[in-house]
Amino acid sequence: MSAALRLEGVHQSYGREEVLRGIDLEVDEHGVVCLIGASGSGKSTLLRCVNLLEPINRGRIVVAEEEITARGVDVDRIRRSIGIVFQAFNLFPHMTVLRNVTLAPREVLRLPAQQARAEALELLGRFGLADKADDYPDRLSGGQQQRAAIVRALAMRPRIMLLDEVTSALDPELVGEVLGVIRELAASGMTMLIATHEMAFARDIADRVCFLHEGVILEQGPPERIFQAPEHPRTQQFLQRIIEAGRL
Amino acid sequence: MRRAFFEGSLFRESFPDIARGFLINVRIFLVAEAFILVFALVIAVLRSLPGPALFPVRLLAIAYTDFFRGVPTILVIYILGFGAPALELSGVPRSTLFWGVVSLVLVYSAYVAEVYRAGIDSVHPSQEAAARSLGLSRFKSLRFVILPQAVRRVLPPLLNDFIGLQKDSALVALLGTVEAFRQSQIDVAGNFNYTPYLATALLFVLLTIPLARLTDWLIARDQRRSRGRT
Repeated sequence: MSAALRLEGVHQSYGREEVLRGIDLEVDEHGVVCLIGASGSGKSTLLRCVNLLEPINRGRIVVAEEEITARGVDVDRIRRSIGIVFQAFNLFPHMTVLRNVTLAPREVLRLPAQQARAEALELLGRFGLADKADDYPDRLSGGQQQRAAIVRALAMRPRIMLLDEVTSALDPELVGEVLGVIRELAASGMTMLIATHEMAFARDIADRVCFLHEGVILEQGPPERIFQAPEHPRTQQFLQRIIEAGRL
Repeated sequence: MRRAFFEGSLFRESFPDIARGFLINVRIFLVAEAFILVFALVIAVLRSLPGPALFPVRLLAIAYTDFFRGVPTILVIYILGFGAPALELSGVPRSTLFWGVVSLVLVYSAYVAEVYRAGIDSVHPSQEAAARSLGLSRFKSLRFVILPQAVRRVLPPLLNDFIGLQKDSALVALLGTVEAFRQSQIDVAGNFNYTPYLATALLFVLLTIPLARLTDWLIARDQRRSRGRT
């Protein structure tokens, strides 16, 4: 089976600071890969590169056998099939939840208003937000906002979802509802690349876990092996700290 | 002194003419405002375009705002109002009123463009990232996500500039258009009494006050909102 997403020797730098130093990574169709590692290890940057929000300096990113980092590629077309959800939700504050969700389907996919609305309401209902459709984002709790942001990305029917620490900005009691949504997505077969600090969640949901350190993947494998028998001393050290902090 | 400025009979006598002239002021700034809103937005957007390839475009927009904010309005009005018709080129309007309005549009667009730009800059880059990540083009991100938020935030300073424009519509009188100020000058010269000036001032103030209160109300509403949010 061919990979849904493949990164080959991806390098990325902000000015002189190298953030990604040669990333090789594959995500299978319907696969769930979790990126773990300390803040600043390059997890978010990696996701932003896949969504073409950051240009890469070297290497290739391939989605469904098409090199999306090639010159002259229509970035808007690529982004349609790759959804991303951000740590800070980034909902559009001047639009209702429904309008947040229907904007891109209507303007990009050119869906008729009725169809976009019906599909959005169905998705909102599926994620427990049916009664929030006409509210503005600032009326919603953090967990509801993040679920709305996930629905907004899903409304474009993406092939791949990128989740960038989607629970990090939430109060602890709201984390569960968002993780529940992601579990449901995984169960429905969505291909996902997830950057997360929730180790227990990563262990449950991931087919494969990648440990990032200073812009390279030091170690990757099935979650049982990474969490129970990490080989690299850096991975051991990182997980040790997580356990000491009571997060695993 | 009281008679020189507050002569009741002269006030009544000159007021209708001045009010008629004032209608020209109203037309001047309504037309000018409409063009300024659009033109300034174009300049602000050009200035906020990213990438090295568009550097010349940005430079042009910067040069424009720098120039027209620097040159006194009265000078622009003189140069265009007397200069452009004097060229006697075919296809170039001869009306001084036309060139007066063009001058106001050029000058005020420079100010309003800066107001717009402040608004655009105040919208967090993550909003654009979110819009682009959904596949919206740069133009559509600007249109649906960035500009609506930007304009909402700069509404009070925008209205403030328009109050300035209302007053400066009197400068067009320098080109000979008989608007309120010019009419009052005529009345003053004929009577050796300043009452017509006061009548004109009264008209300008009466028009400005509603706009000023609207600005206050918008600011207060914004403050209520941001307080309510935290």
